[in-house]
Amino acid sequence: MTNPLVDRAALQLHSLMTSLLEVRNLEVAYLLRASVASSAIVNVSFDVKAGEILGVLGESGSGKSTLAASMLGLLPANGKIQRGSILFEGRDLLQAEPRELQSIRGRRIALINQEPLLALHPTMRVGDQVGEVLAAHQYVDKKSRRERVRQVLAGLFPAETERISSSYPHQLSGGERQRILIAQAIACGPSLVIADEPTASLDPTTQREILSVFEGLRRDFGVAIVLITHNPSLLAVLADRVLVLYAGRVAEIGPTESVLSDSLHPYTRALLRCLPSPLFGTNAVNRRIKLPAIAGDLHNLGLLSLGCRFEPRCTDRFEPCRTREPVKVWATDEHVVSCFKYGS
Amino acid sequence: MRFLLRRLAHAVFLLFAVSILTYLFASLVPGDYFDEMRLNPQIAPQTVVALRAQYRLDRPLPLRYVRWLDSVVHGDLGYSFSYNSPVAPLLLVRARNTLVLTLTAALLAWGLALPLGVRSAEHVGGLPDALVSWMTAGLLVVPDVVLALGLLLFAARSGWFPTGGLVSIDFDSLSLARKLLDLALHIMLPVSVLVLTALPLLVRHVRSAMIGVLEAPFLQAARGHGIPRRRLLYRYALPAAANPLISLFGFSVGTLLSGSLLVEVVMSWPGLGPLLVEAILSRDLYVVIGGVLLSTLFLVIGNLIADLLLYWADPRTRVESPAK
Amino acid sequence: MNSGPVVPAINEVSFSIAPGITLALVGESGSGKTTLALCLACFERPTSGRIWFGGRDIAALKEKQLRVVRPQIQLVFQDPASSLNPRLTAHEIVTEPLLLQRNWQERQMRERGFALLERVGLSMEVASRRARELSGGQRQRLVIARALSLEPKLLILDEALSALDCSTQAQIANLLVELQTSSALTFLFITHDLAMAAHLADEIAVMNRGQIVEQGAPERLLASPQHDATRSLIAAMPRAIVRPHVFGAC
Repeated sequence: MTNPLVDRAALQLHSLMTSLLEVRNLEVAYLLRASVASSAIVNVSFDVKAGEILGVLGESGSGKSTLAASMLGLLPANGKIQRGSILFEGRDLLQAEPRELQSIRGRRIALINQEPLLALHPTMRVGDQVGEVLAAHQYVDKKSRRERVRQVLAGLFPAETERISSSYPHQLSGGERQRILIAQAIACGPSLVIADEPTASLDPTTQREILSVFEGLRRDFGVAIVLITHNPSLLAVLADRVLVLYAGRVAEIGPTESVLSDSLHPYTRALLRCLPSPLFGTNAVNRRIKLPAIAGDLHNLGLLSLGCRFEPRCTDRFEPCRTREPVKVWATDEHVVSCFKYGS
Repeated sequence: MRFLLRRLAHAVFLLFAVSILTYLFASLVPGDYFDEMRLNPQIAPQTVVALRAQYRLDRPLPLRYVRWLDSVVHGDLGYSFSYNSPVAPLLLVRARNTLVLTLTAALLAWGLALPLGVRSAEHVGGLPDALVSWMTAGLLVVPDVVLALGLLLFAARSGWFPTGGLVSIDFDSLSLARKLLDLALHIMLPVSVLVLTALPLLVRHVRSAMIGVLEAPFLQAARGHGIPRRRLLYRYALPAAANPLISLFGFSVGTLLSGSLLVEVVMSWPGLGPLLVEAILSRDLYVVIGGVLLSTLFLVIGNLIADLLLYWADPRTRVESPAK
Repeated sequence: MNSGPVVPAINEVSFSIAPGITLALVGESGSGKTTLALCLACFERPTSGRIWFGGRDIAALKEKQLRVVRPQIQLVFQDPASSLNPRLTAHEIVTEPLLLQRNWQERQMRERGFALLERVGLSMEVASRRARELSGGQRQRLVIARALSLEPKLLILDEALSALDCSTQAQIANLLVELQTSSALTFLFITHDLAMAAHLADEIAVMNRGQIVEQGAPERLLASPQHDATRSLIAAMPRAIVRPHVFGAC
């Protein structure tokens, strides 16, 4: 079944040539009180090619949700984009008129929020909620809208399409609700989907199912996906490239295999060491040894410190780390890291 | 369905209880209609006693109540001493007048409160919000009697509005258009008082319900889907904020007959209010009881409507969530 | 209370936990784990069966008698934000259970509060902050501190780590191990994360559809699972994504 909205062959050709999304030197801050601003994202740059899955690995406080929101101009009232550009299909979203942004949201770029139960309207049937997204963009005719809703839901819920469509959010399970969010996101056939912690409150089997849904989206419709999560193991399965976000800055970015298995940045290495290892072949001696957790917390350093954000917790720190912020270093053709260990 | 039956049963029980209480209180008040007559030296005491017996006011209380209940069930609400006519038709005419007044006022009040509240909530702290806040605060402070009297004064001085009554004396001879105009002129001032006194409460409730909802994640998510602002407000936010408003609406319906009593009396609107006041003062027993019962009926119906609306509007109240 | 056929949430479950060890209860959503936790903590009454604790069947006790038992079994839930009173400071939260015991003096209570906060790794300056000013990891530490204030014997952790970031999970896991060795606590660790369960527990019980389908030491369970439910949980576990040399790098 081909998706009439995306021509896969053309996309494949296109992906070899240009980037779908180019973020350059993005800087976002929140105004806390009069003239007191707290930086949430500093000097973030990355690309997403058509049909690619980029994983953004970030814990709380890393700025990942701010990143997602700023893509579509959905920052709260006190959030300000200080600098940078977001080029999507050639045009800079930060310069776009509100009307233009509104037509892009949901239609060309879709955002899947965290917490499916909260992201759905409590007293509207989920089928109607998917229909609303369609109605907001072009699908004015009721009949074609209903048909499209049925089509989208049938793709995500092969059995029980009718029952799901007429249910209310609180009647569905966590995994079903997450699929509805995905349905809303892909209904208008976007070329980019940004998913913020899509598997957060789900149990492992359902997590796997949702990840395979995303894989299917890329495979069948050529949709590019930005997958934001704090769980590295999700990205190992699905992502082509991984961007590691720490304190609003890009720690490293590169192909998944490189970043997760040959991590360069001390934060990434420390983070991956934290995971309890799958214990095939372990014995009782290794059990319950202290996990090498990263000492300390991500404090709100605010405006004062000048050096690398990870420096207070870094085991590899040395002289320049406290006084200067590291710049990007190309370790290989595709693997970029911001750390003084690799040169400046 | 079971829910509905339960609520209906509640309602019937409530009406029953109210009828007993009202009858009890009304009868326990010292004196009755004929006490006025007793004071009149020209009427012989035996006449009074005879009249009492004729209306069976000398029978024991429980017996009287049972007889009254029996006749109510057959549609006969008793007899008015003052008006010398059956109570039921009297009440119905007056109730109709009251309903004309209060229904108009309710529609106008809600019609104004919704947009005002939504607008305020949208731009919290902005100029429209501040203006609305001041206006509602001011209206809350002014007692409705003062407002009524003030408008009456205005009517009397300016001559633009009549100072009382439902319609003019020559109403029947007017054309349809003029009839409507006449009614409108008469109704405008009492309606204004009712709307202005109800508005603060409604606006503030709509505003706070909306503010709560506008922060909600599902609204942000819908915004992220590109849903336009208008639709976000009226199709997403308002229905989600509706629960407290529905209860308020039920209350509005419930007080359709009883809430306008003061205004009717002050502005001479021939509704249920003045009738009841008169009847209480002259101990016209059956009118009082009938009036109270009718008002209670509306209150009960109002609550029932609110419950049903809530049941219909919020699916979470109906179904148990099965999966986790 | 519901209309419709009655489905048992937990069906014929029997197991025991020796003092001072950690038993992990692993299963998918809907397997009955939380219901079991609530029954053990005396928040729900089982329809039938017995729960032996401290030599008594607590399932059969009346409310008044239960009051003595409750402090000894404490629960820690998944979402720290909703477990904490947003109006109280951290110190107040931790000393609140002590207030209910009524035989503590003002100064003793204050000191105990600070001691508890320190025990879970929260610094002094945190004591006067409210829940919304704390990070997820700090909040969960606070919840654990509050649970410890009554000196329980059994701590039931229901998905207590699931809402936390990976690095914070490691920190709290370390805290739990340390608490167990220093205070001889017994843990019932409920989770759907088999890797973390295998790391923390002395024994794992796998639950499926209201029954315990398999039970045993972690290494045995992972090496040779006997039941389909166990196998599917293992299949859903993250693959080894780090190469050995990274592990040895500390």
